Amino acid sequence: MEIKSPTFKDNSAEALKDVNLQKALGKVRTGFIDKRAKAAEALPEFEDLRDRARDIKDHVLDHLDLYLERYTEKVEAAGGHVHWAETAEDARNQIMEICRRLNARTVTKGKSMITEEIGLNEFFEENGVTPVETDLGEYIIQLRGEHPSHIIAPAVHVTKDQVEEEFRAKHTHLDPNRNLEEPTTLLGEARAVLRQKYFDADVGITGANFLIAETGTSIIVTNEGNGDLTQTLPKAHIVVASIEKIVPTLEDVSQILRVLARSATGQDMSVYTTFSTGPKRDDDPDGPGEYHVILLDNGRSSMLGSDYQEMLRCIRCGACMNHCPVYHAVGGHAYGWVYPGPMGAVLTPSLIGVDKSGHLPNASTFCGRCEAVCPMRIPLPKMMRHWREREFERNLNSATVRYGLGVWAYFAKRPSLYQFMTGLSMRALGLLGRTKGRFGSLPLAGGWTKYRDLPAPEGKTFQQQWAERQKTKQREAA
Amino acid sequence: MSSSPSASPRVGLFVTCLVDLFRPSVGFAAVKLMEDAGCTVEVPAAQTCCGQPAFNSGDRKDAREIAEQVIRAFEPYDYVVAPSGSCAGMLKKHYPELFEDDPQAHERAENFAEKVHELVSFLTDVLGVKSVDAAFRGSVTYHDSCSGLRELGVKDQPRKLLKTVAGLEIKEMRDPDVCCGFGGTFCVKYPDISNKIVSQKTDTVRETGAGTLLAGDLGCLMNMAGKLKREGSAIEVRHVAEVLAGMADGPAIGEKAKG
Ligand code: SF4
Repeated sequence: MEIKSPTFKDNSAEALKDVNLQKALGKVRTGFIDKRAKAAEALPEFEDLRDRARDIKDHVLDHLDLYLERYTEKVEAAGGHVHWAETAEDARNQIMEICRRLNARTVTKGKSMITEEIGLNEFFEENGVTPVETDLGEYIIQLRGEHPSHIIAPAVHVTKDQVEEEFRAKHTHLDPNRNLEEPTTLLGEARAVLRQKYFDADVGITGANFLIAETGTSIIVTNEGNGDLTQTLPKAHIVVASIEKIVPTLEDVSQILRVLARSATGQDMSVYTTFSTGPKRDDDPDGPGEYHVILLDNGRSSMLGSDYQEMLRCIRCGACMNHCPVYHAVGGHAYGWVYPGPMGAVLTPSLIGVDKSGHLPNASTFCGRCEAVCPMRIPLPKMMRHWREREFERNLNSATVRYGLGVWAYFAKRPSLYQFMTGLSMRALGLLGRTKGRFGSLPLAGGWTKYRDLPAPEGKTFQQQWAERQKTKQREAA
Repeated sequence: MSSSPSASPRVGLFVTCLVDLFRPSVGFAAVKLMEDAGCTVEVPAAQTCCGQPAFNSGDRKDAREIAEQVIRAFEPYDYVVAPSGSCAGMLKKHYPELFEDDPQAHERAENFAEKVHELVSFLTDVLGVKSVDAAFRGSVTYHDSCSGLRELGVKDQPRKLLKTVAGLEIKEMRDPDVCCGFGGTFCVKYPDISNKIVSQKTDTVRETGAGTLLAGDLGCLMNMAGKLKREGSAIEVRHVAEVLAGMADGPAIGEKAKG
């Protein structure tokens, strides 16, 4: 996937002008937030569960090698195969090799951000394999030739009317006068179209929400059941998962599952929680003939032991973006790569470099709402700040910003000089702004006054007035 | 150094750079509120800013030097109080973080942090103030500034005290806990996005029908006031301390002096 993060500013300017997008984003601002709040409130032990979920993942990250080894053994014992992929390219090639061996022409896919990360659909198309997205949201954006704009609601940027339009344009074999008013009719239509594809597919690909070390099981959670069909009907099921998806035991998973859906959609549990262990056994009624796991690193092991290790606790629930004012304003595509919102602002620089994605950790007001709702208690603002520090250390900020900051810091560290200078300038500014009480424009304050007035200072600084007050007091006392 | 419970607590007022420069009256309101509650308030001269512009721009070195300067200046006091959740949050939560690699300095920052409070929560939670002696004619709506709310848990405290102001009516806005889009340098680095966020905020403020918008942070207040004025709104914007101290008779933020 092409990286468009360097043009974040232009992307967001476009997004702000996009009427359909702005309409669609309204759903995020209200729906998700209320539902999560109610779900969290309804479960007395929710906060404790968050602590436990955090601790489970911290433990895993401290012993990741051990658990990965255990997991691999268990997958193989169940008749599956584990493929280690250091880079996205390795992962693509390993997947392609399996597809070639099975002569796969059509591949069905469950919703997965990791296959976005490795650019799998484009790669398939270049190699003559047809990927079919089976999640409704993914299916919609595949028709539209887009990428997901949200990690759990990939088509959240699309309005219902746009979906209807797309279906009418692409499903030309259906009655043009059919009624597509209701969201459920849209879902029904997508299901009917997809039904045959499940049977046509030679390989089914899913991501994984969790990999269980104790049993070698991969887990996906969905609301449509499409994942189950994707992984049971074809000849082979390929799970693509990054290394930090590991959890030690079934018990651990059930703890984390209790915070996942509540944080994501406000459901107690997602509709389907599907466990897969190895290929079809002789006495299983159905299942894939082959079961493969592509374990992707793609830069994650370098996050271990760094300022960003805690990011690897992320369970991709989407709560951080659902509660982010910047995400609400510009949507997910503006972030310019796979992962949007606060989690993207931390993860993207780790995966593609801060030199290409420096805007992301900067475009935050540090309002802290993401951290407040993150079920895994990931200190997202703190880690965005760490990225700003890396940028500063590497001189990646613009010269003007550095210069401005330098001048400001020079004065801020010299209180008497600072007070002398500010005393003079605030009086001048106060006099200038006295007639209106505010400025509509002011040199050097264009970023501010483009959209809002700048309230004028009252005149003398507090420090000046305080000093005068102290003098008067002393005089009175004498 | 600590005073016995009967002695008047010695408070160092951390004025904050915005109050110092743009709205000194908030500083005087803070002084009055604390003096009324029995404190001895002093204003160390060796203060400029809490260092957030450096800290949030990734300039840790300057942030540390400013933090050292603030800690030194305020160490003699029983309490350090700021009329801003954002600056108090910086002093209380982030100063210790700045010295994590130096055990001695870290301990010093931790001890300092313990004494730091945001103004309104200091009045209610530490001094036990239950009511204020002030009057205000009209309705207000209160915006929860992010750092005060999420770093320091300031939410009910200002509302409790506002309810004791004679003549004042509170009209809650939708989502008072949603960011106003200020974010320090964010608002000038990403003006288009900031504008979108503040516009949504002023929509919710207008919906309440309240005549005055209050909050506990001057950065957010200047942002929201600037937007409301640009939109031609007559809603007045003030720091909550002005109302609590009964000092809300001067011009509101962004308004010209009367007469
Ligand atoms: S960072 Fe936290 S809130 Fe955001 S997606 Fe990951 S787990 Fe969810």
